[in-house]
Amino acid sequence: MKKILTAKEVITQVKDGSSIMVGGFMVCGHPFTLMEELLKKNVKNLTIISNDAGFPDKGVGKLIVNGQVSHLIASHIGLNPIAGQKMNSGEMRVDLVPQGTLAERIRAKGAGLGGILTPTGVGTAVENGKEKKNINGRDYLLELPLGADFAFIKASIADKNGNCFIAKAAKNFNLIMAMAADYVVAEAEKIVEVGELDPDMVTVPSVFVKAIVKAEING
Amino acid sequence: MDDKELKRIRIAKRIAKEFKDGSIVNLGIGMPTLVANYIPSDKQVLFHSENGFIGLGPEPDKNSIDKDIVNAGGKPVTIVKGGCFFDSSMSFSIIRGGHLDYTVLGALEVDEEGNLANYMIPGKMVPGMGGAMDLVAGARNVIIAMEHTNKNGEPKILKKCTLPLTAKGEVDIIVTELAFIRVTKKGLVLEEIAEDTTVEEVIKNTQARLEVAGNLKRF
Repeated sequence: MKKILTAKEVITQVKDGSSIMVGGFMVCGHPFTLMEELLKKNVKNLTIISNDAGFPDKGVGKLIVNGQVSHLIASHIGLNPIAGQKMNSGEMRVDLVPQGTLAERIRAKGAGLGGILTPTGVGTAVENGKEKKNINGRDYLLELPLGADFAFIKASIADKNGNCFIAKAAKNFNLIMAMAADYVVAEAEKIVEVGELDPDMVTVPSVFVKAIVKAEING
Repeated sequence: MDDKELKRIRIAKRIAKEFKDGSIVNLGIGMPTLVANYIPSDKQVLFHSENGFIGLGPEPDKNSIDKDIVNAGGKPVTIVKGGCFFDSSMSFSIIRGGHLDYTVLGALEVDEEGNLANYMIPGKMVPGMGGAMDLVAGARNVIIAMEHTNKNGEPKILKKCTLPLTAKGEVDIIVTELAFIRVTKKGLVLEEIAEDTTVEEVIKNTQARLEVAGNLKRF
């Protein structure tokens, strides 16, 4: 059985300077409850790895507005204008990574790989400083694994062993992020007894999940 | 309907005719999204949404919004019959692995070598590339949907792109309100012109060299 914790108990473990992967795609499949608690605790100097900067008034976007994030690694920040302002003023370092590369770097970390070779970004600014390899006549960039201290993911249903079912398009980055961090917390809309979740319906195997939090905010 | 909207519809209609029956297509946000409205009824085309599904359908009515189904812009959408959901790693495996038949994107600039610039204007617009670099590097056919000139009336089809590239040499087809242009190893070939323009007008509004096809058609 995994620990079922409150959001507050989880966030107590986050320190200034922690790195956190946050699941979701434009706040679909996003751990809102844990984000609100992070906002309340006001931990600073966070490195956030997420697909995007969300919206200024929702989820991870609020942490950026509140000045808690010193380094953001994401593929897109266009729908959170404050993120752009903080990047331009130098207040927040932003590494923009092509979305598929971001996904594969995270997966590589979780899968024990030393990196991946991708054609994405060849001939663009993305290739600067990276090793290039030509394989069967095509150029590829070597992209390195990406991990974090924490991953906060969102599940539709978690059983008490930590197996998670994630519905529809809410899967997005949640599965691979669960593979790539030291301490993984699943924020679940519904928590069920062991045996109640059909093993065939498991999106995230329990092996990755350290703790479960009941979602209080779902949108 | 104003002139601008009519131009956009003309571009969307021409692109919609290009897809083969049974194609899987990814449409970028903005003008490319319009293409979905003009798919001929005798063809089945399924749309891929980068955040994690195939079978992207229209917006739902207010009462049937599902928070777990959004498009790449984070807006509520639906999934059509025969669709399927997957996570981000799978979504970009589909994109990069050459399993997507077409991607349709907007552009700031395109050039004679099929280079594309559409993700940033240094100092002004730096939203991040999102999935664009993966889409352009991975899709079998890259179609650019854009107005022929910028808002100052200057050409967007150039000898060489001046803005940071999204991808090098990956564009296959450019469709504007004036022209249907194919990118070939020998350069740009003007294959079709719009019903209300002339070859001279197209050339005047294009900086890149255009070779006029022997069997020039109208659309």
